[in-house]
Amino acid sequence: MSKETLEDLLERLQTTRSIEELQVWAHEYRDFIGVTHVLYHTANVKGEQVGAFTYPIEWMRRYVEKDYKSVDPVVLGSMRRFHPMDWKSCDWSSPAARRFLKDALEAGVGNQGWAVPIWGPNGEFALFSVNHKIDDASWSQFTRDNAKNILLTAHLVHQQTMRIVHEEVGPPSAELSPREREALAQLSVGSSRASVADALNISENTLRAYIDSARHKLGAANVTHAVALALAKGIILPTGSLPKY
Amino acid sequence: MIRCLYADELKAYPLLVQTMFKDRAFQFRDRLNWDVTVDDDGLERDQYDDLNPMYLIWEDQNGRHAGSIRLMPTTGRTMTAEHFVDLTDGVRISSPFIWECTRFCLAPGASPAVAAGLMAMGIEIGLRFGLEQAVGVIYTRVLGLYRRCGHTPDVLGTKGEGREKISVCIWNVTEQARDTLCEHAGIPVALIESWANSSFPTGLLQEERELAIA
Repeated sequence: MSKETLEDLLERLQTTRSIEELQVWAHEYRDFIGVTHVLYHTANVKGEQVGAFTYPIEWMRRYVEKDYKSVDPVVLGSMRRFHPMDWKSCDWSSPAARRFLKDALEAGVGNQGWAVPIWGPNGEFALFSVNHKIDDASWSQFTRDNAKNILLTAHLVHQQTMRIVHEEVGPPSAELSPREREALAQLSVGSSRASVADALNISENTLRAYIDSARHKLGAANVTHAVALALAKGIILPTGSLPKY
Repeated sequence: MIRCLYADELKAYPLLVQTMFKDRAFQFRDRLNWDVTVDDDGLERDQYDDLNPMYLIWEDQNGRHAGSIRLMPTTGRTMTAEHFVDLTDGVRISSPFIWECTRFCLAPGASPAVAAGLMAMGIEIGLRFGLEQAVGVIYTRVLGLYRRCGHTPDVLGTKGEGREKISVCIWNVTEQARDTLCEHAGIPVALIESWANSSFPTGLLQEERELAIA
């Protein structure tokens, strides 16, 4: 069997229809990037907390029971923020934070972590974290290698969760503008970025922003994947033309 | 120095913040004649200031505002998507790799180094947070300022007439752009990095944390 790719995982993410399925997916993602744990949670969506995680349920129960969210330096440090952060950069100086860390380590939470706070389009806040048991040097190499993919994935997990919570069934409609579809259609027939930019009468940097926006809305890992997904969803046609809506 | 502060951290710097919103009123209402809201205290704020954006603020030796930029992720609400989508070919620009910068403001008499320094800082933190591009709304006639700073943006679209022309622009986030801007500002890259470090501390190493637990 060939090795699983991020593309495969993100496609499967789009097929999840419930938080339980998202939970299963979180385990697959954990194994894919090779960390100890993966955690996603969001508050105040339809007045509820929604989460998917690979932690043992005992640890989650203990977390709630001890009201650790009010001491957890990662939660406190990323609330109302939107930049990715290493867990190290959070404030672990209070005795309560240290007690929490000790308890977390004993429960099997990694000693290293990376948090991506998410600021959704409706002002909602979510947090995606991966953590690992590893030394400082290896961890900083890991984050250098994976920060971009974690950032991209974090936002797509949030997108999918919103779809599940708001019961949007079927594939993401991916509200692409005609311009984004045109750009993808031309890329799909093998045109270079330079010639697509030329044909659309925009600069290459502008094209890059448009196709990255399309990539994000389609839930793709990269531009090639975005083209493949747009074809699969019938948003563009194999001839490089656009379907008539 | 340049501070990176989220809106909810501003209260610790009353003078800096007050002078920033005052300078914004002067620049956007008095000088550029934009239709902005200025409160009774002479402070210019808009709806996006309430969403807890991040500000890069140049603080002068007296603790006052010399220049600033406001940053927001394009995965959330943005001015570009809500007001200027006609200038981006109808594309709602939205990606975790693109942030929006708006309300670029310079205090009256600020040195040219301030503009280039702020942009260098924007790129420095962009590099740290995995960004590839920044999108922004500017007055078309200040394009020359960016050119002089050595970081000319690409213009996505322009509307309005004469001095009132507004453009949506895009900048690439690269080390090369940061270095060029630092050169124009006459600020060593290492200084920009140290300012970024003080706003975003790297924190304790594992061993130090373990000692702290013990």
